[in-house]
Amino acid sequence: MTVRLRWLGPLAALPLLALLAYAFRTDPRAIPSPLVGRPAAAFVLTSFDGQPLDLATFRGRVVVLNFWASWCVPACYDEAPVLESAWQASRDRGLVVLGVAIQDRAEASQGFIQRFHLSFPNAPDPGGKVSIDYGVYGVPETFVIDRRGTIRAKHVGALTADALRATVEPLLAELPG
Amino acid sequence: MTAADLGPLGRPARAARLVLLGAAWCLLVAGPAPASAGVSTAAPVPAPVAVSEETVTRVASRLRCVVCQNLSVADSPSEMARQMRDLIREQLAAGRTPAEVAQYFTDRYGEWVLLVPPARGFNLVLWALPCLGLVGGLGAVLIAARRWSRRPSLPEATDPVPVPADRERIRVELERFRD
Repeated sequence: MTVRLRWLGPLAALPLLALLAYAFRTDPRAIPSPLVGRPAAAFVLTSFDGQPLDLATFRGRVVVLNFWASWCVPACYDEAPVLESAWQASRDRGLVVLGVAIQDRAEASQGFIQRFHLSFPNAPDPGGKVSIDYGVYGVPETFVIDRRGTIRAKHVGALTADALRATVEPLLAELPG
Repeated sequence: MTAADLGPLGRPARAARLVLLGAAWCLLVAGPAPASAGVSTAAPVPAPVAVSEETVTRVASRLRCVVCQNLSVADSPSEMARQMRDLIREQLAAGRTPAEVAQYFTDRYGEWVLLVPPARGFNLVLWALPCLGLVGGLGAVLIAARRWSRRPSLPEATDPVPVPADRERIRVELERFRD
């Protein structure tokens, strides 16, 4: 009996240890988006230039949908030039970069756009509707939507040129339709 | 466990009954929790009517504020939470049920957004673990208590009957004392 009981404690602790080992290896803040692989939610915003910005009009192109804010330092400041140069380099091959400024003041957002000479369409998100519809937690977050309108990737945090290229290139190579 | 280890016959049975009782109590406690956890039990809100702030708060308090640490959408003062409350109000006013609103957020943020995750699949660990711990602990205490109570007690103190050697020693000591 004594021998058996001596083993009981460690044996009972094993599943608990396994559970803890599993749980502590996961990052509680890294939440996988359930939206990857699903159709991108439609939206129509009005850009800072006053132009309508309708996601549906970009069907057939690879869309990089970037949520940002002017107060998002330094991540948004780091990735703004990356986004602009990707847009400049690949727009002829069917790449579109769309910026959505969330939880920001319009003047501050416009200052940000001027500071980085962003030439891709940018729009504010009044009421945060689009950002909530995309399950956005914070800024920056970037969704990559393929030519068929399916969300193929979500990136949280500042994008690097390499990471963006690795995600976008295979999608650009896909045929539209 | 040998036959000699089994104290009075009633003990193991009583121990088992107590463990069962603990388990039953656990079920009782955990049972209603998932029911109250599902927003689906809430009464559906009829189509376009004025939405009470209480309903908004009730839905919002079950959702995790996505930009906070351990705060509900109802409790958070953040801009994002305010926008989420506005959206909840809007959707309720459009005739959606609280369950549908919760589902809207779950579809976008995953089950993570629910402060009370539904009791199914891997989540069951959350409900089962405390109960298993309680039942296990109760069992351990019972076993330990039984072992302690069985520990060989010291021989009962009776009127000392000195053995002849002691008697002789006492006599010698007393004589020395008298001298």
